[in-house]
Amino acid sequence: MKADPKGVLTGSHFMDGDHACAEGALAAGCRFFGGYPITPSTEVAERFSQRCPLVEGIFIQMEDELASLAAVIGASWTGTKSMTVTSGPGFSLMMEHIGLAAMLETPLVLANVQRGGPSTGLPTLTGQGDMMQARWGSHGDYEIIALSPNSPQEAFEYTIKAFNLSERYRVPVLIMLDECVGHMTEKVVIPSATDIEIEPRKYYRGPKNKYLPFKPDKDLVPFIVDAGAGTRFHVTGLTHDYRGYPVMNAECQEELVRRLVDKIRKNADDIVEFEEEQTEGADVVVISYGITSRVSLRAVDLAREEGIKVGIMRLVVVWPFPEKRIRELAGQVKALVVPEINYGQVVLEVDRCACGRAEVALVPHGGGWVHDPDDILHTIRQAAHGKRVGQGVVEYSRKKRGRT
Amino acid sequence: MKYWRKPLDSDEIKVPRGEIHIIKDRCKGCGFCVEYCPKDVLEMSEEFNVKGYHPPRVKDEEACVHCQLCEMLCPDFAIFVTEKQDKEAKVEG
Amino acid sequence: MSAQKVAERSRPRVEEMPHPMESLLRMERIPHIWCPTCGIGTVVTAFASALEKLKWNLDKVCVVSGIGCTGRVAGYMRLDSFHTTHGRPIAFATGVKLGNPELKVVVISGDGDLIAIGGNHFIHAARRNIDMTVICVNNFIYAMTGGQVAPTTPPTGYATTSPYGSFEKPFNIPQLAESCGAVYVARWTALHVRRLTTSITEALQKPGFSVVEVITPCANYWGRINRLGTGLDLMKFYHDNAVIKHGEDTRNLDIEFQKPIVVGKFIDRERPTFLEAYNQRLSEILGDKFKPYGGKA
Repeated sequence: MKADPKGVLTGSHFMDGDHACAEGALAAGCRFFGGYPITPSTEVAERFSQRCPLVEGIFIQMEDELASLAAVIGASWTGTKSMTVTSGPGFSLMMEHIGLAAMLETPLVLANVQRGGPSTGLPTLTGQGDMMQARWGSHGDYEIIALSPNSPQEAFEYTIKAFNLSERYRVPVLIMLDECVGHMTEKVVIPSATDIEIEPRKYYRGPKNKYLPFKPDKDLVPFIVDAGAGTRFHVTGLTHDYRGYPVMNAECQEELVRRLVDKIRKNADDIVEFEEEQTEGADVVVISYGITSRVSLRAVDLAREEGIKVGIMRLVVVWPFPEKRIRELAGQVKALVVPEINYGQVVLEVDRCACGRAEVALVPHGGGWVHDPDDILHTIRQAAHGKRVGQGVVEYSRKKRGRT
Repeated sequence: MKYWRKPLDSDEIKVPRGEIHIIKDRCKGCGFCVEYCPKDVLEMSEEFNVKGYHPPRVKDEEACVHCQLCEMLCPDFAIFVTEKQDKEAKVEG
Repeated sequence: MSAQKVAERSRPRVEEMPHPMESLLRMERIPHIWCPTCGIGTVVTAFASALEKLKWNLDKVCVVSGIGCTGRVAGYMRLDSFHTTHGRPIAFATGVKLGNPELKVVVISGDGDLIAIGGNHFIHAARRNIDMTVICVNNFIYAMTGGQVAPTTPPTGYATTSPYGSFEKPFNIPQLAESCGAVYVARWTALHVRRLTTSITEALQKPGFSVVEVITPCANYWGRINRLGTGLDLMKFYHDNAVIKHGEDTRNLDIEFQKPIVVGKFIDRERPTFLEAYNQRLSEILGDKFKPYGGKA
């Protein structure tokens, strides 16, 4: 179905990633925002609070991040598309409710504008240190979807994509921005509402007294209803059966959690998305995401000038991880270079998938700034000539050159 | 002055009478209904229900005035009262 | 006898009449898990009676509860119900109410859930006057997890994590609710079923943040650890020691160990709800550009 024109600010804009994310949410039909201010995500909340009364939405600044995500889950169950934003410390606080959203299979969007960590870290400077936490942060077994935009235009588009994925798979979807993309001002073109595809909510249409909140469809995704529709459903965070009633035994746990995990894993081929360039016949492939993917472009250009056959792969969807493609690439190339603004997170997944068939080299960065393309280039050079296959993740450190 | 104790319209007012229904196997033997019945209609029985508790039994059905306090107090939804339509309760003198 | 057979025997035989409350309960889950002489079942009966009195469209009533013994109430009521995380039912309920303001949202949860871990959400929802009714079942202890001390445990009361008797000053829930801006505050015990039902009826109809605290017996933990007897003995204690004082100053409502408990309706006042204030303010500032918020477009 098409977007509701009320929320679409069609036109050519000069805005930053945070603002584009808010516009993307409104364009996707999001009408509830429960948030808590935290740098560098606050602008999303500010823009939403300013725009939403004009599009018949509602904004509430909750008392903390836990309440924010709890309110978002509650609002989503009334049929209202809901989102919240946060950064590192708030993300940690929201972990319990990410688990609840995954368990209740509630569609919602959570944007994390990453900053330097751990703890209070660098509130106003970029980082990419929450990537593993996005996947494993909450306790227990569950699967979520995480996207990684690298520009304000993508922040707009991927927010719409995130809402669509959350409705399609009845799962919380995370948008892993970083402070650089969030605070970068670029041209954002917002199309007309008729050019924006919205995934409708997967509503149950059967007899009201026979609704089972967790009975899966063929694609393992159950149908959902709105609170107040007359189905008198019950949902619980306890391990439950199709009716939503708690059942405390291993069989029920196996059936439920197996399905929660398979729901994403078995549909991974439809969810996984990445961009590749010149990876055929390459000796080295640079795998990156977020702002680092833009820095890598420069490093890759410089490497090609030196004659190195280097391809680039950019992850659009980081979770579920594109295992199949990475495994294929690992068999074809000499080395996979992974620059990221952390001390090794997504690179561990790349290494796992490479299974020792290609060298996996990390270009780490503690956060606070983006990589120097020369650092990535240095690793590409070393990896192109190196022979350290099968030794896990390697790093080619450079001498410190002063402030980068 | 005994005359004033009796309500002047006591001949017109019908005291309701209740029929008590006990769902014995749901009872957990808490004793709230027995303790707080204002007409002392119930007592704990000697029998066991399926879970091993002693459910209440009706001691004096004629005295029940359909106040439904037992029905409201029961934590286990195991007792309720329906109003009997036919006879009047014995008028209190 | 198997659990299924026990459950079958607990249902009335076909020729018998069903209990009048069965339409509001998930009968496939009865008998419930609460202990014998626990008062939570009585609170559920009072709540169901209040709903019946009001004759509302029950499709539009949502129950949200947290974790704990009282948290299980959501699972037994045949309404749209949510069993959420510990301490957060009020935040969750805020989202439900703002997502669809036509719904009537009721939070039924325990003292530990609402006042300890959920304390922050309690005070803010009261401050904002979000239109919801909170039924706080207070048994002075964390029963589900085995009897730990709660922020409502009266001093000298024993619990598994206050093995030498509690020494902390407990929260006075009506005072907390009043000071944070709740518009309706009442306290009853599980024994005062009829007045409790009336209070719940009033609280449900009152627009804004209403709190009904219910002192309930917990035999297996509070009663046993402190040698106060069974739930029936605790009810007898309420009978002999509950003092009804409507309109009493909430500062005088502290509960001390085995001392008289003051019950009654204490606060019943008027204040704009969150949505009323939101709509009013934005209409003032934005004029015709703003359409008052009424829920899903």
